[in-house]
Amino acid sequence: MNAFWTNFFFGIYPYIAGAVFLIGSVVRFDYEPYTWKSGSSQFLRRRGMLWASNAFHIGIIFLLTGHTIGLLTPHEAYSALGLTAEAKQRLAMTAGGIAGTVCLFGMVFLVHRRLTDERVRSAGSVMDTVILLMLFGQLLLGLVSIHFSAAHADASAMLALAEWAQRIVTFRGGAAELVGRTEWIFQLHLILGQTIVLLFPFTRLVHIWSVPVSYLGRRYQLVRRAG
Amino acid sequence: MRIRAQIGMVLNLDKCIGCHTCSITCKNVWTTREGVEYAWFNNVETKPGIGYPKNWEDQDKWQGGWRRRPDGSLVPRLGSRLGVVSKIFSNPHMPQIDDYYEPFTFDYEHLQTAPVSSTPPTARPRSLVTRKRMEKIEWGPNWEEILGTEFRKRSKDKNFDNIQKEMYGEFENTFMMYLPRLCEHCLNPACVASCPSGSIYKREEDGIVLIDQEKCRGWRMCVSACPYKKIYYNWKSGKAEKCIFCYPRIESGLPTVCSETCVGRIRYLGVVLYDADRIEAAASREHETDLYQAQLDIFLDPNLPEVQAQARRDGVPEAWLEAARRSPVWKMAMDWKVAFPLHPEYRTLPMVWYIPPLSPIQGRADSGAIGVNGVIPDVQSLRIPVKYLANLLTAGDEKPVAVALERMLAMRAYMRARTVDGATDLTALEQVGLTQAQADEMYRVMGLADYEDRFVVPTSHREYAEDAFELKGACGFSFGNGCGGTSAVGLFGSRQPRAKVEE
Repeated sequence: MNAFWTNFFFGIYPYIAGAVFLIGSVVRFDYEPYTWKSGSSQFLRRRGMLWASNAFHIGIIFLLTGHTIGLLTPHEAYSALGLTAEAKQRLAMTAGGIAGTVCLFGMVFLVHRRLTDERVRSAGSVMDTVILLMLFGQLLLGLVSIHFSAAHADASAMLALAEWAQRIVTFRGGAAELVGRTEWIFQLHLILGQTIVLLFPFTRLVHIWSVPVSYLGRRYQLVRRAG
Repeated sequence: MRIRAQIGMVLNLDKCIGCHTCSITCKNVWTTREGVEYAWFNNVETKPGIGYPKNWEDQDKWQGGWRRRPDGSLVPRLGSRLGVVSKIFSNPHMPQIDDYYEPFTFDYEHLQTAPVSSTPPTARPRSLVTRKRMEKIEWGPNWEEILGTEFRKRSKDKNFDNIQKEMYGEFENTFMMYLPRLCEHCLNPACVASCPSGSIYKREEDGIVLIDQEKCRGWRMCVSACPYKKIYYNWKSGKAEKCIFCYPRIESGLPTVCSETCVGRIRYLGVVLYDADRIEAAASREHETDLYQAQLDIFLDPNLPEVQAQARRDGVPEAWLEAARRSPVWKMAMDWKVAFPLHPEYRTLPMVWYIPPLSPIQGRADSGAIGVNGVIPDVQSLRIPVKYLANLLTAGDEKPVAVALERMLAMRAYMRARTVDGATDLTALEQVGLTQAQADEMYRVMGLADYEDRFVVPTSHREYAEDAFELKGACGFSFGNGCGGTSAVGLFGSRQPRAKVEE
């Protein structure tokens, strides 16, 4: 990848994707609340959903959390805890590998279901299929990248990617070049990941914003007064 | 004491002829859209039967309603708050569309476009979900109509619990009744309690339970939690929908569509005042058979001056107090005690009540073996077992149901003596504890059932509820994006008045 595209995809695209993600979500929430939903198709086809949907969701939540913590925590914090970069990479590869496999199990079923089940297809939108396939591709890239990480015993790629993420979110320059030196698989994983973030407000993924945390502390009955 | 008013409904099953006019008019108005073809906010079931959706009364399977913990507190049977959220990725207790039925239409066009053939063309069924051919329709919204399907299947009806049911499969002993069902607009709704996004709420001014379509996220917990299975998942919009008690009509002082169009005139609408502070205590009574009485106990007599005074302090409009005094629901539930809640054991304190049906005296009674209780036939010899009705309406307690049936029989005996013999005979009334005035009014309200006696619906008071000046020029007819946005402070400066939520 030449310098222009490297700079575009890893220096500029993150901000485009992030801005669309945030502004798009707020605008949709305010202007299209009726479309804000999980889009569940369990009602039309229950078979297999108990394990598949749970495996997919639990796996992907674990992966997202792991990525967030792993990428955004400064390396010094690990060092202070006595965790070397090598050990952290092994931890990330193992935990991510397990969660990724769990997620993959569920996702293979969900993709198959969405592509072949007449009922699920007729209830869902094109975007439902597109985003699921993108997530599927992203998961496969991530799992394959474990193999590449393993080649870097010194965890150099991991450190470069974490540094990239931290520079992006703290608006510091020189981020793109860090990714430019890593292998294609990491670059592809990043581009696809950012595209998913970019498309987020236009898909059913918005239901992630609506995690019902407040329900856990809510009173049971709700009564509304008019006016 | 905190007094709230609710528009309640009573259905006189004694007069239901099972014509489905209520279901059809309701569907035509509210659920002819894609995604809810299978949904009937109002449906009429033939009982005994497993109903719609299949076996909806089997709470061991669907986990609807409330469970009383040993310490006396209530928790949705579906689970604690954490238990509910843990089912969010896949709810193991949620019905699939086939538990209702796969909605279908027919290829009517083929009847006109078919080429010449030796046999007449047919309109074959087509799924409304997939738009693909359906070779065979396996189930429908009313598959058990008038005892359709064999007794072996129908007898899975939960209301046969504790009944030796085999004999009712025999032709000579068979019985049936109609049960029109809609959302119960409960005082203690389990759907509201189980909604993770808090989109379902009860309206303070009239007790109607609604789903905020803009707040619903399609977590689907309400579908399981409602023991009456009266919340429907719109598979196209991904939102839950339910009976809205025709609130735009109720607000204008008109009866609901199902009530208005009921040809048997079996439906009654009226205001009931109740003590909102005692809902939880009433719903968590230890014994299920006490729940019917517990619900009666939180209803408040609109004729008592202290109740009226407190109601005024709690903001109940004068027109509603007046309507409460003339309420047919109050008369039937509290005064004559002939109406009962549907399955009080679900602990939701439902507000659509039912008058149990009388049924023919069985054949053996005609041959002289008739059980007679004074001038009234013994209700135990009615064709529909009292135990069955009790399982449906009073958590199995036969006594209140028997009294109601006796009172209806006594009213008939009294009126028969008066119109046929021209004599006023009060013995039957005295036997069941009714005064002549009560019987006269029972006859007028339940027998004649004039429009004005059936529907006592006060118009709502939007002028008190909303500041009309604020609304002026805000929303309504607008051009372009004059009315966009739903947040309190619009993203681009628009403004929208929002309802306040409290306990």
